[in-house]
Amino acid sequence: MAALDQVAIPAPMTPVHATRLLVLRNFIVYKSAWKLFLTGFLEPVLYLFSIGVGVGQLIDSFEFHGEQVSYAAFVAPAMLATSAFNGALLDSTFNVFFKLKYEKLYDQMLATPLTTGDIARGEIAWGLIRGSVYSAAFLVVMLAMGLVESWWAVLALPAAILIAFAFSAVCMALTTWMKSWQDFDKITLAQMPLFLFSATFFPVEAFGDSVLRWVVEATPLYRGVVLCRELTTGVVTWESAVSVVYLVVMGVIGLMVVRRRLDKLLLT
Amino acid sequence: MISARGLRKSFGDFEAVKGIDVDVRKGEAFGFLGPNGAGKSSTMRMIASVSPVTSGELRILGMDPATDGPAIRGRLGVCPQEDTLDNELNVFDNLYIYGRYFGIDRATCRDRANELLEFAQITEKAKSKVEDLSGGMKRRLTIARSLINNPDLLLLDEPTTGLDPQARHVLWDQLFRLKQAGVTLVITTHYMDEAEQLCDRLVVMDKGVIAAEGSPRELIEAHSTREVAELRFGVGEHEALAEKVEDLGDRVEVLPDRLLVYSDRGEDVVTAVIDRGLQPIATLVRRSTLEDVFLRLTGRSLAD
Repeated sequence: MAALDQVAIPAPMTPVHATRLLVLRNFIVYKSAWKLFLTGFLEPVLYLFSIGVGVGQLIDSFEFHGEQVSYAAFVAPAMLATSAFNGALLDSTFNVFFKLKYEKLYDQMLATPLTTGDIARGEIAWGLIRGSVYSAAFLVVMLAMGLVESWWAVLALPAAILIAFAFSAVCMALTTWMKSWQDFDKITLAQMPLFLFSATFFPVEAFGDSVLRWVVEATPLYRGVVLCRELTTGVVTWESAVSVVYLVVMGVIGLMVVRRRLDKLLLT
Repeated sequence: MISARGLRKSFGDFEAVKGIDVDVRKGEAFGFLGPNGAGKSSTMRMIASVSPVTSGELRILGMDPATDGPAIRGRLGVCPQEDTLDNELNVFDNLYIYGRYFGIDRATCRDRANELLEFAQITEKAKSKVEDLSGGMKRRLTIARSLINNPDLLLLDEPTTGLDPQARHVLWDQLFRLKQAGVTLVITTHYMDEAEQLCDRLVVMDKGVIAAEGSPRELIEAHSTREVAELRFGVGEHEALAEKVEDLGDRVEVLPDRLLVYSDRGEDVVTAVIDRGLQPIATLVRRSTLEDVFLRLTGRSLAD
């Protein structure tokens, strides 16, 4: 054990360094299980083909913020937002719950200089990366299919990353209150309507002037969907700014809650 | 290395640790001996700087865990009671990534991981999944992992619980080698043989307080006789027979399945018992152990 002495005591880690290490850990895990990565990418692509392109055949064209767009071009940005949403959701709910309750992964991390803040940032960063990878791949599909109609679309990727961040943070926060796998039905219960009614397949105007429309406009996935849609169609309005602020605030609050919850759960 | 004064830990209304004073010196192997629920693990978690101190003072390596948690943890090795290995990673990556968590660079982590695989005698399992390892191997991997940062202080919570005798001896041997290499060890255990084998000094804990402190030998000398005569009679007879042998030793303990007569001359006790016409089914004369110390101090055996 002579070589024991050769390990110098490393300098204290910066939050960025610590966050990178958690991402590295998840990267090593998925390197050998990359196929699991495919499902999250395929889902929105299949929706785009079946509904955007398939159902789109029955619909001539469409009015969005006064501009005519094809139905596929209307649905595609919604699927872009959804792919970020799905990717973020996968890691920040099931996987986090598994690591927290069964694997006790965070307990072993807390035996090292890592802190609960590092764990919160690291896991959210990973959810964000996964969501972003899906979105980037989806954006390429959109480009190949000629569904990108404006240079504003270069901002669609950062927008998708923002969506992934906001959902990662909030979903991980919610997961810390989960007691058993049954509780995840609630996640599915929220995920489906969000996916179907966030102006993904039909415009929000379809709700008329009812209260429901205001409700939908206040939901996070809707904010993400219109943000992406304004960017890829090039019809950018003040609504995009609202969406950006909304999602940033949502993500930051989620991050702070996650950290406090991990303190409460793990540092007993 | 560790200094605690009036250290307390409460969980709601339950007080797990009720004001203990502990000092652990550099290079020694220090033990917390006690039954389950004595407050050993709660104390260990506070020392590991993952459990906030309820009251009292705690200094680890001269630092306060409340403010310097990450800095303290950077110099500790922690081997928790349950193996918290990363089942999604293979054996080598478990060591490698754990080292990275300490901020150690890639190349050093890789070298250390390989060295420690050898130390834990699991080199050929480097690419295996963690779940394919035997209980003993998992334990050795957990201990190897806790050494990745070359810790000044190694915390071992019930290191051999759940292992078969052979695996325990392999592990004891490794811990002994670490001690000789100058690593300060803090061990909790409810096995008295483990405490005797490994610890230079220990405290006996019961119900959140320290009942006694000293080296295993000192404790035995202070709280027990040199030898013990164990007398086994028929079921249910022990209570009644205790009176008849009381005068033969310093003290008699009645256990459900046997009588323990404490005396410096165990053989004489057995002879006297037989002379009195009592007919034990089995007798055994042995040296006193920490088990006897515990029995004396708490009136209960460690296994309870």
